[in-house]
Amino acid sequence: MSNKHLIGLKSEVFHYKVELEHLQNFAKAIGDDNPLYFDEEFAKNSIHGGIIAPPTYPIAIGATGGSIDLGLDQRRMLHGEQSFMYEKVIRPNDELTCQLVISDVYEKAGKNGKMEFILLDTEMRDSSGELVVISRTNIVYRPKKQAV
Amino acid sequence: MLVLDQLVEGQSLETFTNEHITVEQLKQYAQASGDLNPIHTDENVAKSVGLPSTIAHGMLIMGQLGRYVNQIAGGNATVKNFNMRFGAMTFPNEQITCSAVVESVSAIEATINVYASKGENQIVGNGQAVLVFKGEEA
Repeated sequence: MSNKHLIGLKSEVFHYKVELEHLQNFAKAIGDDNPLYFDEEFAKNSIHGGIIAPPTYPIAIGATGGSIDLGLDQRRMLHGEQSFMYEKVIRPNDELTCQLVISDVYEKAGKNGKMEFILLDTEMRDSSGELVVISRTNIVYRPKKQAV
Repeated sequence: MLVLDQLVEGQSLETFTNEHITVEQLKQYAQASGDLNPIHTDENVAKSVGLPSTIAHGMLIMGQLGRYVNQIAGGNATVKNFNMRFGAMTFPNEQITCSAVVESVSAIEATINVYASKGENQIVGNGQAVLVFKGEEA
C-alpha cells in the first residue's frame, strides 16, 4: 500500500538557538577537534570568518522538535540515508526557525519486494526567514512480510 | 590545505582513521545529538532486539565522515551538500577509516565521493560531499 498521502504533511514550527557550548559538545562526542569549532582566532581567518557548526549538527537540532505522526509501523522503518543541503553555515547564537515536512514518498523495486522511501526534511531558516539548511532523512519503509 | 586547482577527477585523497569508538563515546553522542534510543547505550536492550552488543549511531559514523570532509575543506572551502547512505553497523571498539575520491571539479566546486570503512576495508557507509571554494583565483 502506498503512503503517498503523507506527502506535504508538516510538523509544528519550532525554534532553536545555537549555543556554542552545545555545538562544541557535539563536535567532541564525534571526536572532531577541528579548530573551526573551537578556535575563534583560527575560524576568523578561515573562509567562514568565525566559528561554525560541524556539518552533521542539524541532526541535533532536529531532535529537539518537529514530530509528525506518520501512522506507520516503527519496526519497518530504517534510516537509510541522510543529507544536509546548506545555503549558509550554522553559527553560534543563530536563532533558527525549523519545520519538518514530508517532501516525498516513492517506491523502488528491491530484492525482497517493493520498498518504499519516505523523505523527511527539516527546513531551518534564520531570523530573516532565509533558508540555512535542509536536513533530509530518507526512511526506508520495508515490506510487511520482512517485519520481525 | 586543499586548493581547488590541485584536485583532479578520479584522484584519491589521503585517508584518515578515527579513534576507536567507545561505549562512553556512544553515551556522549546520545546526549549531544538527542538520539536517546537505548540500543546505542544499553547492552541489555541491544541484546533483547537481537544485536550482539550496543551499536554506534549511524549519525556518529556520518559525523566522523563529516570530520574528514571538513579536514579536506580546511579553512578554504564550505560544505554545501553532504550525504551518506548507511550500510553495515558499527560496534564499540571498532575504528572507522575515511577515504575519498574526487568525482568532479568545476570552476568553484569539487564533488567528492566519501567512504567510511572498518576492519579489512568493509564499507559501512558511503556518500558525497560538495565543497565550494569561494575567493579562489581562477
